[in-house]
This record gives sequence, structure tokens and C-alpha cells, in this order.
Amino acid sequence: MKGISTILVVTTLLALVPIVTTSNVVLNFLVTTLLIALVGQGWNLLGGYGGQYSFGHAAFFGTGAYATAILQLRFGVNAWVAFGFAIAAGALVGAIIGALSFRSGLKGSYFALVTLAFAEVLRIIASVAPVTGAGVGLLVKLDLRPEAFQFQSRLPFYIIAVALVAIAMIVVRLIEDSRFGAYLVAVRENEDAAKALGVNVVRTKLIAMTVSAAITASGGAFYAQYFLFVDSGIAYGPWISIEALLAPIIGGVGTVFGPLLGALVVKTLGELAKHVTGDAPGLDLVIYGSVLVLVVAFAPRGIAGLVASVRNLFQKARETAAGERSRG
Amino acid sequence: MLSSVILVPAVLNGLMTGAVYALVALGLTLIYGVLHIINFAHGALLTAAMFAVFFTYKLLGVDPYVAAVGLTPLFFVIGYALQRYVIGPAAHGDDRNILLVTLGLAVVIENALLYAFRADTRTINLPYAFDVIEFHNAFLAKPRVIACAAVIGVALVLGILMRFTSTGKAIRAVAKEKLGAELAGIDVAHIYAVTFGIGTACLAIAACLLMPTYYVNPHAGNAFVLVAFTVVVLGGMGSVTGALLGGLFVGVVESLCGLYLGESLGQIGIFVMFILVLLLRPNGLFGERA
Repeated sequence: MKGISTILVVTTLLALVPIVTTSNVVLNFLVTTLLIALVGQGWNLLGGYGGQYSFGHAAFFGTGAYATAILQLRFGVNAWVAFGFAIAAGALVGAIIGALSFRSGLKGSYFALVTLAFAEVLRIIASVAPVTGAGVGLLVKLDLRPEAFQFQSRLPFYIIAVALVAIAMIVVRLIEDSRFGAYLVAVRENEDAAKALGVNVVRTKLIAMTVSAAITASGGAFYAQYFLFVDSGIAYGPWISIEALLAPIIGGVGTVFGPLLGALVVKTLGELAKHVTGDAPGLDLVIYGSVLVLVVAFAPRGIAGLVASVRNLFQKARETAAGERSRG
Repeated sequence: MLSSVILVPAVLNGLMTGAVYALVALGLTLIYGVLHIINFAHGALLTAAMFAVFFTYKLLGVDPYVAAVGLTPLFFVIGYALQRYVIGPAAHGDDRNILLVTLGLAVVIENALLYAFRADTRTINLPYAFDVIEFHNAFLAKPRVIACAAVIGVALVLGILMRFTSTGKAIRAVAKEKLGAELAGIDVAHIYAVTFGIGTACLAIAACLLMPTYYVNPHAGNAFVLVAFTVVVLGGMGSVTGALLGGLFVGVVESLCGLYLGESLGQIGIFVMFILVLLLRPNGLFGERA
């Protein structure tokens, strides 16, 4: 399929970056960027394709992160197995929140509010419950062996991050082309019309939310494994909910490459801001917020949309030029 | 069961906290009732107002209650300008975009404050901050009694403005039937901005009432706004009476949850109530329509 080969080419090129540089600074930057692209891809499936804007994807990110840490620390489960369980746990939380809110018919602002509230409830619970390490958080034990999903260098982590992003993109691309994807877009465009045509709206949204949560949870689990530390503010804090929606919206909402593009732009801007002003708290988020408002105002289809319109512009210019030539 | 000696003061204190929640919620519900948007920047604007109160006291020595006279119109203008020149044009009339734009504004305002003033928590020390009034065996902090009275005053003034002035009538007309109002010659963009301005002005008053006993840091407003969301949903989106009653109710629930469950879990009560109301009665207890 055409879409998938493009995804493979782009991600393979990304995977080849370490040939040019293996600097830890660059790799670290790219890993965090890919992490946001991954989490954003999860949001993109539900928000971009399904039109359900969640303001609480931290609920899934955090569940993934905590699940992998808790399984390893409290139950001695192997890190790779824990990673799988973490994704399942995230999907389960997504299914539960989705079932509750979609069955009650919450949409638009109400859906945004209820997801936000669920993420906050989980954050407060995680900040007091003993199993999550309460206010102190959890430190995953250092065990630098590949069997334990820990590595001496950042390189394997980078390759894994690229692979996760590639898998998420392929999943979304396959959904986009499937019957289910068509249902999902129909629900986004006009829920009542979709229902009238026989689409099971609740079920469609619920599946989208479950897969979306699973993708985002894989990002959370990867975070825990990469930084070996989780606390309630990191796992369930509002920052991840915001970055999860920022990346796809800036990159191009409802497009396969949107989250990756958006994450690259957002993280680059953040790094630039740090270089210009030193490590000032808050400044990167001021820039993210401004970019978000500007993109919504002037480029509602994000960077992907801008690229498409520029391409159209060139095509039109070429056509008119050709037309003039044939006339002249 | 706890005796009434503990229960009565807890309920009274809850009512007084609830009054401020009600004021914050009033602004939110008014904006929702007319513009049909949830203003996610509400918390950040409240924080900004609290900083404004803090600095007018620190730099100019103006008492917070006096500062309300100047800050309320100032925040009306800020709110008006935000809706008229930022949110309105940027959102292109699409609901999802409005969500994103107000969220973006919230992120910008909150972090600009963080960047400018760092994460330090600041308080102002007023000579009357710890004065108490004795009422049926309960000791009530004087600033909170003042706040409670002021909120009732604001609600009354707002009610009169909405009922009897031509702008108030225009706002109600736009809330009921936007297209009809436009056809009748009402400048809808202007009325939207006025409503947003009034909602923001409520925050300035709330900040003036809060600062004598509360603290400010770049995240201070968030605690209130999540509560305000709960209040608004509970009272029914767009219902002013609902916001007032809901605010008082939530204040009491928080106070009692704090009493029975301990302070750190007091907030959980609010969120659980919020989620339950959203799931079971999304129109709220006083909401009118689906």
C-alpha cells in the first residue's frame, strides 16, 4: 500500500540518524520528540479521526507508566512482559472511561471536561496511594541488560522509539483505510447522519478510544522504562494531556504524519527557546500555547494542511503557466 | 456522628468558601450560557487577577477590597479584548477550535506568569486577616464573611443589570436566539465580547475577595476553576441560579469531605461528584434543556 511504504521510508530514514550522529544530546532530544509523536498519535486517532477532543490523555499515559513500574517493582514481572501488560492496562482504562462517557452521550466540551476530570482523579489517587509510591513516586531498579528493557547507551532506546512510532502510524494508516475508519470519520463529520446511516456510533467511538488509549499507554510505558522514574505529576499531570493534543493539531489533525511533524516542530521550538533564554521555567509552554492559538487561527489543518495548500498553489501556477503557453 | 458543635461551623465555613466558588462559576456559566463555550482560560485569568491584586497591594499599597474598584473594569476590558480580538477571530465559529484556543490561552497566561514570577507562593499580610466574628458558637473569619456578602451583592447587581438594562436584554436575546438577535440589529460579536468581559470581571472581584486569606502562585487559579466546572455542571450550564446554589453546595461538600476524609482527599469528593453528575445528569440539577 502506498501510505505504508511512505511510513516505512520516513521511519527508516529516522532510524538511520545515528549513522550521522550518536551524540547523547541529539538522541535524547529525538527520543523525547518521538515519545510525544507516539502519545500524540494516540490522541490523533480519537481526536483527529473521531472528532472527540480529549483533554485528559494523561489518564492513559500515566496508567501505562505506572503499570510497567508497579508490575516490575511489586510483582517482579519481566520488563518486556510488563510493557505488554501496561498497554493492555491503558486500553482497559480507555475502554472504561469511553464506555462511561459515550454511553451517557457526552460529546464536545462535556467530553473534554470529563476526560480532564478522570485524569485529575487518577492524579490525586496516585499522589496518595501507597502502591504508586504516593508523593515520592517510583524508581524502576537499575538493571542494564537488554532482557530487562534497559540499555548501556541511548541508541537501542532510540531505535525502539522509532519502531513504536512506526507501528502506531501503520495501525492508524490501516484504520484510515478500513471500513471502521470510514465509520469513524463519518462520526466526526456528522454524528446524527452517521447514526441515520446505521453506524453504531457508541461502539465506533469506544473502539477508537480503546486503541487510542493503548497507543498513548505504550508511550507512558516507554517513558517509565527510559527515565526509570514515575510520579503522579509526570504520569497523570496536565502537561502530557496538552502535548498529546498539541502535536497532532500543529502537525495536521486527522493525518497519519501530523503527530510526528507536530512533535518535531513543538520540540524544536522548545529547545530553541531554551537556548535563547537559558533554562527559564514556563517559556517553552508559552511558545507552545501561542503556536497552538496561531495554528488554530491561521492554519486549521496544521502543517500538513499548509504543505498541501502550497503544493496546490504551485500546481495551479504551473497549470496557468502551461495554459498561457498553449494559448500564446 | 459528629456533634453539631463541629458540624455547624464546618457547614458555615463551607458555605463561605462556596460563595467564592459561586462567583468564579458565575463568570463561567454566563460565558457558557451566551457563547456556548467552555472557557478553559478561566482558571489562568483568575490567577492573573490574583497576581494583579497582589501587586497593587505590594507596589501601590492598595487594600484588596479597594483595588476591586479599579481591577474589575480593567479585567472587563481584558476579557472583552480577548474574546473580540483573539478567541472570536481565531476560532472561526467552530466549537472544537474554541476549546483549543481557550486551552492555548490558558497555557500561555499560566506559563507567562510562571516565567515572570517563578513558582514562588506569595501572600499578603493584612491587619484584619485573622479577625473573627462569633456566630452561634462558630468563629467565622471576617474576610470570608465579607466575601460571602460581596458575592450576594454581585449576584444581585448582575441580576438587575441583566433584567433592566438594554445591554442585559441584548445578552439574554443572544443567549436565547443568536440569529434572531442578529436580525433584530444586535451586534452579536460585541455582545459576545461584553459577556466574556463580565465573566472575566467576576474573576477580578473573586480575586480581590480571595487574596486577604489566600495565596497566589502561577497555578493558584486552577484549583478554583476545576471546582467551578463542577459547580457549573452541577447547577446546569448557563444557569445563574444554578451556579449560585451549586457553588454553595460544593463548598459544603468539600468542607464535610475534608472533615471526614482528611484534607488531601477532600478534593476527591468534588471530582467524583463532578464525574457522576456529568455521567448521570449532564444537564445539571437546574439545567433546562438537553
